[in-house]
Amino acid sequence: MNLFDNKLEARGFIVAAIVLLFALPMLNGLTSPDSFLHVSSFQISLWGKYVTYAILAMSLNVLWGYTGMLCLCQSLFFALGAYAFGMYLMLHVGVDTVYNTALPDFMDFQGYTELPWYWKPFESAPFAVLAAVGIPGIVSFIFGVLVFRSRIKGVYFSIITQALTYALMLLFFKNNLELFGQSFILFGGNNGLNGFKEIFGASVDSASTQRWLFIASVLLMLTVYLAIAWVLKTKFGKVQQAIRDSENRIRFSGYSTTTYKLLIFTVCAMIAGAAGALYVPQVGGINANEMTPAKSLDVVVWVAFGGRGTKFGPILGAVVVSLLKSFFLRAAPDSWLIILGAIFIFTVLFMPNGLVGLPQQLKPLWKRIRSKSTTSTVPVS
Amino acid sequence: MAHIPAEKHTPLVLSVEGVTKSFDGFKAINDLNFYLRDGELRTVIGPNGAGKSTFMDLITARTKPDEGKINFHKDNGEDVDLTRVREHHVSQLGIGRKFQNPTIYRSHTVYDNLKLSLSGKRGLLHSLFYKESASDREKIYDVMETIRLKDHAHDLAGALSHGQKQWLEIGMLLAQDPRIMLVDEPAAGMSDEETERTGELLLSLEGKHSLIVIEHDMEFVRQIASRVTVLHQGHVLKEGSFDFVKSDPQVIEVYLGRQTRKH
Repeated sequence: MNLFDNKLEARGFIVAAIVLLFALPMLNGLTSPDSFLHVSSFQISLWGKYVTYAILAMSLNVLWGYTGMLCLCQSLFFALGAYAFGMYLMLHVGVDTVYNTALPDFMDFQGYTELPWYWKPFESAPFAVLAAVGIPGIVSFIFGVLVFRSRIKGVYFSIITQALTYALMLLFFKNNLELFGQSFILFGGNNGLNGFKEIFGASVDSASTQRWLFIASVLLMLTVYLAIAWVLKTKFGKVQQAIRDSENRIRFSGYSTTTYKLLIFTVCAMIAGAAGALYVPQVGGINANEMTPAKSLDVVVWVAFGGRGTKFGPILGAVVVSLLKSFFLRAAPDSWLIILGAIFIFTVLFMPNGLVGLPQQLKPLWKRIRSKSTTSTVPVS
Repeated sequence: MAHIPAEKHTPLVLSVEGVTKSFDGFKAINDLNFYLRDGELRTVIGPNGAGKSTFMDLITARTKPDEGKINFHKDNGEDVDLTRVREHHVSQLGIGRKFQNPTIYRSHTVYDNLKLSLSGKRGLLHSLFYKESASDREKIYDVMETIRLKDHAHDLAGALSHGQKQWLEIGMLLAQDPRIMLVDEPAAGMSDEETERTGELLLSLEGKHSLIVIEHDMEFVRQIASRVTVLHQGHVLKEGSFDFVKSDPQVIEVYLGRQTRKH
């Protein structure tokens, strides 16, 4: 079965894979810093971050673009994955010079001398990797069972997912949780997790580690892309879009839409979690700000701007909006939110199919302009 | 027009007995008894608020009755209590429903709309690894022939005319090979020609499937109806041939009377 819709897509995919997997890492690792071909390590981890954003956007697109569920907790799952892997990184910062313990600083502040039991498993790298995918999976599964069985959909689904984001954000902003007369230390509160040193025994900040993290992010993105392309060609993908277009009809045709939605929701949460785990070592930290409802709304803007319900749109949207953001934050910091809002309104009003749909949308306009310019040369009698 | 009337000795396919359903104290369905024979084409009429849509919701397990029994009689003689079945299992039993507004998958082609409706497994893994077989394709083309959409096989369903969408939805039911088809106002919003064709289509299905058709358009009811059930205030008011029902004073009072007075 051919996964791609046309030759252009297949060629684009191969070129992107070669450039991202080989060319950029080689230009970073094999050229001297003075060479004009050199790609700096800063650029590599910056683009690595964008790639994880792109994966996040792809996961929302599967939910919103293909299944019609506008999920406002996708950044939450991303952050949960980031936290799970961040906990592993946090436990490998070594003995600090101030407190002379191997515990994270925020535990030292609060007088902890021993690692709490629920932190312990995160000392193991394989466990942390599994947890980064598994925890968002479990949370989304439980939440999904409750929501989908009650037939909550449309705008109500969006609201309740935003409420989940908000609730967990409040929890992660806390330092401690008092429960059953006991105090549980959480995940670093306001400051979150940062100051990482080692990952899988190597230095986090070294050029080669960042390069490998970039390659891993690109690999995940390409895999997710192929997986989406494959699913779209199967009957499953058609059922998915049928749920979007007419959920009642597909249920009366005998498909358990609850089960389908639950699986899609859970898998998308796991993809977001995996992206979050790759994000955290490339950015160097995670805190509860990444869980604010606004972060999940950002993802909605990326997807809408790039092209909802298209395979390439979310990637394009995530990267272009992120580039615009980093440009405007430097050029005119206070204007960014206004510009972001303007982008969204403009997209909704004038670009229903996003950037990816723009050429198709402009074609008739272009034809009209051309025909006008030819007719205008004819004198009016 | 001569139809083959459902013979008295053909077995029942559906029995609804003593069913009551109220919403906030309002009895939408009140002690309803209804029997459908195998292969019968039954038309259900009644004024607005007579409980026609609730009646369909009950048969398709969308709502559960407060009282009473709804039994589906399977081919093998087994009875299924429809009040205890989950909504998405109803279609697997062989009961298909066409909604009042055409509900189709507008971003899929006509072909794919029918493909998704073919009877068969509905599981996650099955749909991921499903491969279209020659018999599936044949079945889809058969259905497209019946609903006269063969020329539109690869058009997006969203681009069809209103009437074609209604036929497509009927086709989607056919693809499921249902024993009972529930058809809610198939002629609504159709041109006269489309209405007549729809009537022909439904008549051609009589005998192969059991049909319950809800309809308002009396001209259309005259065309298709061999046996008519009149619902009034959630109860069966009268049942019989179109001419019998039409001339019944009670029916004229509650339904036809009001219509004729309007003209």
